Amino acid sequence: MNEDFVIEIKNVYVRYKDFDVLEDINLNVKENDFLGIIGPNGGGKTTLLKTILGIIKPYKGEIKILGEEPQNARKFIGYVPQYVFFDMKFPITVWEVVLMGRLGRDKYFKKFTKEDMEIAEMSLKYVEMEKSKDKKIGELSGGERQRVFVARALASQPKILLLDEPMANVDSPREKEFYELLKKLKEKLTIILVSHDIGIISAYVDKIACLNRKIYYHDSKEILLQDLSAVYGCPVDIIAHGLPHRVLKEHD
Amino acid sequence: MIEILKLEFFRNAIIGGILASIACGIIGSYIVSKRIVFITGGISHACFGGIGIGYFFGINPLIGALLFGIFSSFLIGTASLKAKEKEDTIIGVLWAFGMSLGILFISLSKKYAPDLLSYLFGSILTITLTDIKLMIFLDLIILISVFIFYKEFLAISFDEEFSKIRGVNVEFFYLFLLFLVSLTIVLLLRIVGIILVISLLTIPPAIISQFFYKLNRIMIFSTFTIIFFITSGLFISYFLNIPSGATIILLASFFYLVSLLFPCLKS
Repeated sequence: MNEDFVIEIKNVYVRYKDFDVLEDINLNVKENDFLGIIGPNGGGKTTLLKTILGIIKPYKGEIKILGEEPQNARKFIGYVPQYVFFDMKFPITVWEVVLMGRLGRDKYFKKFTKEDMEIAEMSLKYVEMEKSKDKKIGELSGGERQRVFVARALASQPKILLLDEPMANVDSPREKEFYELLKKLKEKLTIILVSHDIGIISAYVDKIACLNRKIYYHDSKEILLQDLSAVYGCPVDIIAHGLPHRVLKEHD
Repeated sequence: MIEILKLEFFRNAIIGGILASIACGIIGSYIVSKRIVFITGGISHACFGGIGIGYFFGINPLIGALLFGIFSSFLIGTASLKAKEKEDTIIGVLWAFGMSLGILFISLSKKYAPDLLSYLFGSILTITLTDIKLMIFLDLIILISVFIFYKEFLAISFDEEFSKIRGVNVEFFYLFLLFLVSLTIVLLLRIVGIILVISLLTIPPAIISQFFYKLNRIMIFSTFTIIFFITSGLFISYFLNIPSGATIILLASFFYLVSLLFPCLKS
C-alpha cells in the first residue's frame, strides 16, 4: 500500500443486520491532513470513525492505519467521542478523565508513572484547562468539557485525531476558541472531524468529504453541489457568506 | 448497652456488620455510578436458587448462594456484552428463575426451614463465626482487586469505548466487576437478605455522591454510612424487638429522603 497515506480505506462495506450502513467507502488521508466529513445524522459518520478505530469491523474491504490493521493501530489514534454518550453525574474529575489517555494493557498492576502525569499535565495545559484539574467533569460547560476530552485524546500521544461532532454543546461564542485549538493541533496531527453542520467545518478544514452511506470525496476542499444533493437526498443551495474560503465550486 | 456487647451473638453481629459494610461501600459505589442497579437485583435474587440447592444437598446455603451468584453474574455480564438489547429481559428471567428454583428445592428437601426468612430479609443476630471467616475472605478478595485495578474499573465505568481503544480489556473487567458484585451480595446476605440487599448497596452511595465527586471518597464515606446504618439499626431492632434487616433499610431510606431534601433547603 501507499506509504504516503496514514489512513487507507479501500472498498469498505459495513453492514448492520441486513442494511449497509457504509457502502463502498474509499478514502485516503495523508499525513497532517485536516479532513472534515459532513453528512446528515444517521449517515454513517460515527460508524466510519469506529471502523477506523477497529471497534466495528467491515464485512468487506480493507483498512490500513499507518500500514497496520485498525486494532493494532489504535494506540496511534486519539478519539474524542460524541458528548451525548456521557453520564455527566459520574463521579470523576477532569484530571482522572485525562489520565485515562495513559491507560493500556501495559499499565495493568501498575500505578501511573511520573511520565504519565507529566504528559497528562501537558495535555491539559495545551487545551488551557489546567486550572480545572480538580473539578468534577459534570461541572464544566459544554465547551470546556470538549477541551478536556481533547486533552484526554492528546494524552495518549496520538498521530491521528478523530473528533465526532465536537461542536455539539459548545455555545457559539466559544466555537471560535475551539477552532483556534484545532488550528493549533493541525500543525502536528492528522485530523478527521465529522459533523452534520457544514458551516462550521468549511472555514477551518483543508479537505472535505460528504458522507451518507456512500462517500463523496475529491481530495480537496471543494464540495460539488451534486454531491451535497446526493448526500442530503434533496437539492441543496448553499449561501457561503462570510467564509474566508470558497467552498462550492461552480457547476455545469 | 455495654452488657449486650458481652453477648457473643451480638459481637458477631457487629463484626459481621462492619465486614459487610466495607464490601458494600466499595462495590455499591460502582453499582450506583455505573448504573448497574438492575443487574445487581438480578444477581441477588438469582442467588436464592443457590440457597435452595444448598439446603437440598445439605451444604452451607451461603456457599450455594456464592456459586449461584458467580454463575448468574457471568451469565448476565455476557448477555449485556453480547446482546445489549436483550439484557433487561435476561435479567428479569434470571431474577424469577433463581427465586423459583430456590423455593422448589427448599420444598423438595422436606426439612423444616425456619431460617428461610432470614435469607430473604436478613438476620444479623444469627451470624456465626464461620460466616465471619467467609466474610473476611470475601472482603479481602474485593479489597485487593479494587486496590489493584482501581484505575481500570474507574475507566470502564465512565467510558467503556475509550478504555477499549486504549487497549484495556473491557469485557474482562466488566465481568470481573460483576463477579465482585456477586461476592458482595453474599457478604450482605446475612445482614439484610436477598430482597433488601439492593437498597443497602445503592442508598449509601446515592446519599454520599451528592456531597463528594471522587469515587474513592464516595467509597470510604459510604462504608462509614453503612456501618452507621447497620449498627444503629441493630440496636434499635434489638431493643424494640423488631426485624433487624427491615429496620436497617428503613433507617437508610429515611436518611436518603432527608438527603434529597438537603439541596432544596440550601436554595
